[in-house]
Amino acid sequence: MGPGLRISALALALGVSAGGAVAEGDAARGETLYRPCMACHMIGEGAIHRIGPHLNGIVGRGIGSAEGFSFSDALQEAAARGDAWDEDALDSFLANPRGYLPGTAMVFRGIRSAEDRADLIAYLAEEGNAPAVAAAAATSPAVLAILEIEGDVAYGQYLSSECTSCHIGEGGNDIPSIQGLPPQIFIAALDAYRTGHRHHQVMNTLASRLGDEEIAALAAYFESIAQ
Amino acid sequence: MSFNRRTFLGTAAALSATLAAPMIARAQARPRVVVVGGGAGGATAARYIARDSQGAIDVTLIEPTRAYYTCFFSNLYLGGFYEFDDLGHTYGNLASSYGINVVHDWATGVDRDAKTVSLAGGGSVPYDRLVLSPGIDFIEDSVPGWSLAAQNKMPHSYKGGSQTQLLKAQIEAMPEGGTFAMVAPPNPYRCPPGPYERISMVAHMLKNINPTAKILVADPKENFSKQGLFEDGWERHYPGMITRIGPDFGGGNVEVDPEAMTITIDGMVENVDVCNVIPAQRAGTIAFAAGITDGNWAPVSAYDLSSRIDPEIHVLGDSAEQGAMPKSGFSANSQAKVCANAIIAALTDARAFPPRFANTCWSLIDTDDGVKVGATYEASDEGIVSTSSFISQVDETAEVRAETYRESLGWYDAIVDDMFG
Repeated sequence: MGPGLRISALALALGVSAGGAVAEGDAARGETLYRPCMACHMIGEGAIHRIGPHLNGIVGRGIGSAEGFSFSDALQEAAARGDAWDEDALDSFLANPRGYLPGTAMVFRGIRSAEDRADLIAYLAEEGNAPAVAAAAATSPAVLAILEIEGDVAYGQYLSSECTSCHIGEGGNDIPSIQGLPPQIFIAALDAYRTGHRHHQVMNTLASRLGDEEIAALAAYFESIAQ
Repeated sequence: MSFNRRTFLGTAAALSATLAAPMIARAQARPRVVVVGGGAGGATAARYIARDSQGAIDVTLIEPTRAYYTCFFSNLYLGGFYEFDDLGHTYGNLASSYGINVVHDWATGVDRDAKTVSLAGGGSVPYDRLVLSPGIDFIEDSVPGWSLAAQNKMPHSYKGGSQTQLLKAQIEAMPEGGTFAMVAPPNPYRCPPGPYERISMVAHMLKNINPTAKILVADPKENFSKQGLFEDGWERHYPGMITRIGPDFGGGNVEVDPEAMTITIDGMVENVDVCNVIPAQRAGTIAFAAGITDGNWAPVSAYDLSSRIDPEIHVLGDSAEQGAMPKSGFSANSQAKVCANAIIAALTDARAFPPRFANTCWSLIDTDDGVKVGATYEASDEGIVSTSSFISQVDETAEVRAETYRESLGWYDAIVDDMFG
């Protein structure tokens, strides 16, 4: 049973019409709830792919359809089925990302409160109503060059100890988890911090002294522990 | 093995006299690392050595307390932003998940020729490599009139735990419009922004429960960590409440009388209601017992944190004189990983990787007003040197400050996970 079917059944069981229950969220409240998402996703004017895809037009967009982003197998399969991010699908996904799409690369525990989810989706609909720029940072030549390097997993494990001072395995809401990120996404993020395209004082300082070999080693290690 | 481990955990002190014999027998088979002190440096080192050597190294952690209360974030408890119980962590997981022998006892001496650590409960533990991470102790008579015997009247609250609770209770009991005094420590000391974050958190608390109360700080230092950020924040959040007397006005010439509850600054006697004395500091006593100190601290190599006096002893965190890193839990945790890698490489055929260090210190000034300072470091022959650094800016938006605070909460969870697994 695909995710689309599952949500329809749930909607029926709860006696709500598809799309109706989650449409009346408070977008202003949703903006506050969006904070933890910001660590990985851009939304609004000029949004581009970061660790996660940009979220412009997300409500109603096909799952795994954002151009130029390298999606996990789980999202690619959903894309192949033609599933879309309607409000119900987003609601279920946000309630329990890994339960709804097992294998998703998104490291996020989920949002328990239905009201919070509705507010967040309302914000996504409102703020995401902007044209996508969608140039994929993930495919820059610098990132491709690092992807060519075979990462030294043992060195990556040593280097990762600098990451785990702040990044916990099961990500908190305050600092995102980086465990199990696909190499392309991981490398693009570190390269963006290293070059200053992405701004965060701690990450800029730490990434500025990482060479290509070290980023490749880290990516290889974090990929290895996800398996 | 499991017999020993369980025995240690259960009744370590009583049984420690019997420790030595089985240990010596096993030392032939597996190299032994003994870690003294289960804080940010020691717990991290023990966990990384046990985990990354995959059982090839026998690791013993000697720590007197069964529950470790972090000194970092204790100020947030004072301010009411953190529960005391959330600061406490236990060692059970280090034993059960990583096979570390956790011995709850005081390490009282080190015989460097025999390579053994003696325990207060009797007996001794042999080592191939010893890691000392005992934190700080106070220099006697550094604040005239104060001694450890007076710590219940005038708490230091600078080692975490019950002293922090005592200080909070005293502040809560202050009379309306009363005076909270702090004697700030001279450099170098644990957690450079710590006293000033404490001032901020005490001010936050008093603003709510006792808004006419005053805060008086006697400080022997010309400047202090994040000074511009703190002073800007105090002006915005607590105008008129905080008076800091620096060395120009006699802040370094201080005497206290715990019985009379007075503090004398440059000859001027002040009656105070609470007096938080943070004395001058030195390496933990075990470093002196081991004979590896020079002056107040234990000098170490920047490459592997090994003592410059005895290379088979490594010193982490506050006690180490390593160069440019501030004394902080983050620094100790960072040094522990470099040290763990070096020890594993020395005792097994595992690979050694180049040392690299980092530190970030977050401080909370008021609700959702967090600031940070940090740097990366590398090793040199002279000591650890800074390679690049950052600090929060005075004109940041409220949103940036709130993000910085939330980030500090995430860091706390992560470093505790990194220490205890």
